[in-house]
Amino acid sequence: MTNHLAVEMKGITKTFGDLRANDSVDIKITKGTIHAIIGENGAGKSTLMNILYGMYHPDSGTIYINGNEAVIHSPADAIKLGIGMVHQHFMLVNTLTVLENIILGDEVTGALNTIDKRRSRQKVKQILNNFDINIGLEEITGTLSIGTQQKIEIIKLLYRNAEILILDEPTAVLTPQETDELFKTLKVLKAEGKTILLITHKLNEVLGISEFITVLRNGKVTGNTETKDTDKDQLAGMILGGSFESIKRKQNSPAEEFILEIIGVSVRSDKGLPAVKDLSFEVHRGEIIGIAGVEGNGQHELIEAICGLRDYSGSFILNGKPADKDLPVAHIPANRHKHGIVMEYNLAENVLLGREGEAEFSTGVSIKEKALRAYTERLIKKYDIRPAEADLLIGGLSGGNQQKVVAAREMSKHTDLIVVSHPTRGLDIKAADFVHSVLLEESAKGKGIILVSSDLGELLKLSDRIAVMFNGKINAMLDSATTNEREIGSYMLGLSGSGGDKG
Amino acid sequence: MKYFKYSAGPLISIILSLIIGAIFIILIGQDPAEVYVKMFTDTLGNSYGIGQVLFKATPLILTGLSVAFAFRAGLFNIGAEGQMTVGAFASAWAGFTFTSMPWIVLIPLCIISGFLAGAFWAAIAGYLKARFGSHEVINTIMLNFIAMALVSYLVNNIYLVPATIHTPEISPNAVLLRFDVITGMFKGSPFNLSFVIAAAVCIIIYYVIRKTPFGYRINTLGYNINAAEYAGMNVKRLTVYAMAIAGGLAGLAGLNFVNGYKHYFELGFSENAGYVGIAVALIARNNPFAIIIIAVFFGVLEYGGLTVNTLVPKEIVTILQGIIILLIITITKYFDKKFKLAKA
Repeated sequence: MTNHLAVEMKGITKTFGDLRANDSVDIKITKGTIHAIIGENGAGKSTLMNILYGMYHPDSGTIYINGNEAVIHSPADAIKLGIGMVHQHFMLVNTLTVLENIILGDEVTGALNTIDKRRSRQKVKQILNNFDINIGLEEITGTLSIGTQQKIEIIKLLYRNAEILILDEPTAVLTPQETDELFKTLKVLKAEGKTILLITHKLNEVLGISEFITVLRNGKVTGNTETKDTDKDQLAGMILGGSFESIKRKQNSPAEEFILEIIGVSVRSDKGLPAVKDLSFEVHRGEIIGIAGVEGNGQHELIEAICGLRDYSGSFILNGKPADKDLPVAHIPANRHKHGIVMEYNLAENVLLGREGEAEFSTGVSIKEKALRAYTERLIKKYDIRPAEADLLIGGLSGGNQQKVVAAREMSKHTDLIVVSHPTRGLDIKAADFVHSVLLEESAKGKGIILVSSDLGELLKLSDRIAVMFNGKINAMLDSATTNEREIGSYMLGLSGSGGDKG
Repeated sequence: MKYFKYSAGPLISIILSLIIGAIFIILIGQDPAEVYVKMFTDTLGNSYGIGQVLFKATPLILTGLSVAFAFRAGLFNIGAEGQMTVGAFASAWAGFTFTSMPWIVLIPLCIISGFLAGAFWAAIAGYLKARFGSHEVINTIMLNFIAMALVSYLVNNIYLVPATIHTPEISPNAVLLRFDVITGMFKGSPFNLSFVIAAAVCIIIYYVIRKTPFGYRINTLGYNINAAEYAGMNVKRLTVYAMAIAGGLAGLAGLNFVNGYKHYFELGFSENAGYVGIAVALIARNNPFAIIIIAVFFGVLEYGGLTVNTLVPKEIVTILQGIIILLIITITKYFDKKFKLAKA
């Protein structure tokens, strides 16, 4: 009776301190289907999947795999039960070949316990044939695109005979074309009888590919439905627990004058290779320039050069004056945990970051704690940061609220130029919308904004123009009013345009 | 509750290590109760013992503070031993060279010389790290060897007083007075004004770390070097400054022996205070005030080891010290997880 279910989780509860990440969650996954699990950040999706994969242990509840009760203490147990997971951050060794990464930890061995590469390769090739996947097994993993690396992760699971595949936000880092290809692969997997669990925020994708949907909110299941019986509005309602209206598009148009002129700038990567090649463009007052591109095409290096974090050749002209290394620029970095905040600091101390020398916060000898506190409390109010406690360690805030702290600090710096990198990565709809409205507001004040994002919808929504970077150059400068995701995607992959330096 | 959470680990490990120490004492055929009672009454039960304990604690406060300050900046200073040695020699040198100066000039000069010598020594390690990325642990260890050899050369070949193993005596104006001379208390113990300097330095460092923009930058560097860089801080310069200050603090640790006790520099004076300082900083979680308490505790162990010399070999005390440090590191980790404490 139950053996048409690949997974059944009953009454799963998991608490972290006072937080109930999962609150008696029930979920049934039918064998051979694609089942999407959606919800805001912090809704408990990842916790639930990490429990299934043995990374966390539930406080209570039972798990059945193929109808049998299962106790999963570790990922090793999960793999034995045929469960595999592709994490957001890939677990690949960049310097190994594709084949080596696939067989790593589960090698076919021959005499004297040496790796039998020939037989390993045969086994992997068999999988590639079965599931109609194309990939060069001898390529060095680090040189491959994100989409291809993700394929390697999936093949790794198939190589370990996974029947149930969990994919955590698999499309977050992919171009539209790569997403199409991933979904093609997932459909083949499904046709071969695999069960796929998809964690995502993106409603369009969910409606396009899944057959069943489970919605989580605040750790509880708020919706369980067949995909064909629902639509976007209904899902948004289940996710947010109420109606929600997204903010409008950009209203103001850019002025004539330039905030920033970038002239012939070249930047090298960490490895010393040319990453940005003789690149030029201008940012007008009140303009948002979107920068699109597959990761690793020079966006990161360009941003770091503008922010004074990396040496460059060429010149930056700010408000008509040639600028030296330290441009006054507000910067929301892509990786907020690594670059934007200090987890051991409270909100006020994080607001102080980079501003500890300003007369507003320092007498020169000591920090003006009262002034800092009052300032922080004003920002908390203005940006609706929760919990609204200046003394709270920032680690106690959700990702969205942490990002609000970063945005609040940077926006309050009174600079003409704002550089923003993946500002809504990992944020839920509400928090992302808030960050968008902040950017639009700053733009309306006449600031110039450079926005790097892998979310093309975000770029189209916010930008006046979109510069597509490919191979360290701008492959196309598109007007966001007239372009679309598909066009941007083809420039990103170098299929259209000059294609930067070929080869 | 907060204080309990932070002190539970160290307290439990001290108790546990006393129990384990008792097993060793029983194994060599002595009564642990007798040993422990004697150890604590002879150290803390009379003013002479207390004076001895505080005398032993003084350099540990400064070397502990040195290691802790570097820790704050995310740097592991293994070099307090070498920094203390060059600092002690510099203090002595100033004391026996500028003999004509009045105390009001000479004492600050000895203090500053010790600080600057230690600071310079550690700054080398900081510069190598900032400029070339060579790890400060290796740098400071190597500089320890060089410091020992260099100072040994200076003492043995240039400044040696014949028929001794030490330098000339410092001017009486360079002496940091003993408390028994000043107050009549702690009769016979070498406990001296260096302790006041050490305590004052703790207060200053606490203020610097907690209240100043510079201290904020140091903390940021230690917690998240990437965020520090993105916030526009000069990470390389901060690294050199942090090491220099740490080294300066260790450099002051020599005052206790040179200006406070023997009034000359002598090789082997340190009794490993530079290394014990690492343990002090670790157990005190880099908190300047906790460092005073922990340093005094180590003072009890060190002097207590001497007082029970007739009952147990002093190696037992060394074993006890080692066990305490190991237990504190492991048990504290356990409590950190249990109470979800932030990294100190």
